[in-house]
Amino acid sequence: MSILESVRLAFRALAANKLRAALTMLGIIIGVGAVIALMSVGEGVSLYITTQFQGIGTNLLFVFPGTLDQGGMPGMSTATAELTNGDAEALRDPIRAPDVAAVSPQVLCSAVVATGSRNTAAQVIGVTSGFAEVRNWFPEMGEFIDQEDLNSRARVAVLGRTVVEDLFPDNPYPLEQTVKINGVPFRVIGVMEEKGGSEFGDVDNRVLVPLTTAQTRLFPSRSRSGEYLVSLIMVKAVSEDRMEAASEQIATILRERHGIAFADEDDFSIVSQSDILNVFGQITSVLTIFLGAIAGISLLVGGIGIMNIMLVSVTERTREIGLRKAVGARRRDILWQFLIEAMTLSLVGGIVGIGVGVLGAEVISVLIEDFRAVVSPQAVLLATTFSAAVGLFFGIYPARRASLLNPIDALRYE
Amino acid sequence: MASSVIELQDITKVYQMGQVKVHALRGVSLEVERGEMLAVMGPSGSGKSTLMNIIGCLDQPSSGTYLLEGKDVGRLNDDQLAAIRNRKIGFVFQTFNLLARTSAFENVMLPLIYAGVGRAERRERARRALEVVGLVDRMEHAPTELSGGEQQRVAIARALVNDPAIILADEPTGNLDSKSGAEVMAVLQRLNRERGLTVVLVTHDPTIARHTQRIVHLHDGRITRNEMVAEPLLAAGGEGV
Ligand SMILES: Nc1ncnc2c1ncn2[C@@H]1O[C@H](COP(=O)(O)OP(=O)(O)OP(=O)(O)O)[C@@H](O)[C@H]1O
Ligand SMILES: [Mg+2]
Repeated sequence: MSILESVRLAFRALAANKLRAALTMLGIIIGVGAVIALMSVGEGVSLYITTQFQGIGTNLLFVFPGTLDQGGMPGMSTATAELTNGDAEALRDPIRAPDVAAVSPQVLCSAVVATGSRNTAAQVIGVTSGFAEVRNWFPEMGEFIDQEDLNSRARVAVLGRTVVEDLFPDNPYPLEQTVKINGVPFRVIGVMEEKGGSEFGDVDNRVLVPLTTAQTRLFPSRSRSGEYLVSLIMVKAVSEDRMEAASEQIATILRERHGIAFADEDDFSIVSQSDILNVFGQITSVLTIFLGAIAGISLLVGGIGIMNIMLVSVTERTREIGLRKAVGARRRDILWQFLIEAMTLSLVGGIVGIGVGVLGAEVISVLIEDFRAVVSPQAVLLATTFSAAVGLFFGIYPARRASLLNPIDALRYE
Repeated sequence: MASSVIELQDITKVYQMGQVKVHALRGVSLEVERGEMLAVMGPSGSGKSTLMNIIGCLDQPSSGTYLLEGKDVGRLNDDQLAAIRNRKIGFVFQTFNLLARTSAFENVMLPLIYAGVGRAERRERARRALEVVGLVDRMEHAPTELSGGEQQRVAIARALVNDPAIILADEPTGNLDSKSGAEVMAVLQRLNRERGLTVVLVTHDPTIARHTQRIVHLHDGRITRNEMVAEPLLAAGGEGV
């Protein structure tokens, strides 16, 4: 008997008991649906994160004050450690830090930005002239902050696209206009190109001002020794394969400046982009394993359900099996018949499950803004293979039992 | 004895029922010629079904040899026995044993599926077999939509569809009224006379038995008498079918 014949037969046998078949498939549907939905979300998350980091440049190091919790998010410093302008300056030393190409100290703070008639909350960042190059982010119109602005602590600002839209709905390029940041008037000298999304919040909802101006006029805060503080220092290494070396040079310089004893921990953290990606990756993989286990258990339960129903079916159809054998069915014909029936159950369940999973992923994408789950072909393939395997594994025992029935006993069965 | 289709030599069959041994057959020797039609009679429990199952390769004897068309069946494995059941033997049961919710047409095709016959040829041959039993106009009917006699004729069509050498019928008329029984006998007789098929049937009814050429009497697992029928009866309705 051909496979096609067996499949047709299997569909017919299942159609004779539709409700039973559907209920039996439920376990597989839930299991496969969970696998697909979860893998799609996982895929979506990692795609989201990688896109966020695209364009920042892969040879960036972020230096934060304080130590990061193991596996914690960047910026959640535990100690009251500090980084200062002096620290940033020291990193520019071409002899002690030959692998550092550029240094961009920054001060970050939220502030209210206002025109005469409108206002909005934005992230205000005090930056140096190197920021644009380090961040690979340039003005679309106007100028960026230059050394002159820094020296004179000029009250000039470069606006992100979102801020422009909020404050100047009728004027996409509001150069020479005045905005007030926490009440202090600034002259708009440029508008940054649109980035969309970011690693930490909306990049376009930002206002860039000279670092010195931010430190003195907007958010004055000083270290114990009276130096101006920075929130973080972005460092660009000369190349991607010198990151490790650059990181060590930075650590050596900062440990010395902070007077940290040989055996003590750093009071700062140097994080690379790949470190951050790894943290996210760890979170997603823990989630994946956890949900994967649930999906696996569901498939197992589904498989046992299939085995149970197949055993019932073999018993119910004992006479049919006897008759088939009497007219010439071999053991393997009967074996295949029931095996294919079990696999049809699990495969159809799997395909419906894929549909449910894709739908689930779609719903999640709609519910969470700016997020898209990605249904990967691998996930679909994996789910299909898995459900077929479940059918095969749990179908073998009932099918074997059927194939070994003695034809006379089977024909006599009531 | 080149022309013997079936040759049984000292066949015994013992069933083990817990501590008790049941001797269903106690040394049966029987030869059936090609093209012969014979009846097996005997009281209940005399071993008729056991004998038929052994001839039909559904069961193996405890001892003795069985030559089917000169070949020793005792040496065959499970798959080879299945092939013999498929190609050489057509079985007709007292209880018809048609697949439920399956049309007459598809029931008849069943042996051809296991014979590996292609779809088109399968349909053609099933149709012809149904023609032989006079049920072409009922071929789309499910068993529940057919009378007992019609069901048994479908079963006969299924038995002959793969051109077997032998048709074995264990009380084929046992569940039928006399008119349906006569129709079934007419079909079997016609297959025997026109196609030269060897027919072995079991019956409790002496009249049915007299439609054959020879009656084998079985008693307590032994053949007690071999009775030649001088003038076999012709089943009524045979021509009309
Ligand atoms: N599977 C079995 N296990 C044990 N004993 C069996 C089995 N099959 C048949 N027998 C016994 O073998 C003997 C012959 O049985 P068989 O079915 O061949 O009788 P029969 O002549 O066909 O009877 P009937 O006319 O009632 O159909 C009986 O005593 C029966 O109880
Ligand atoms: Mg019997």
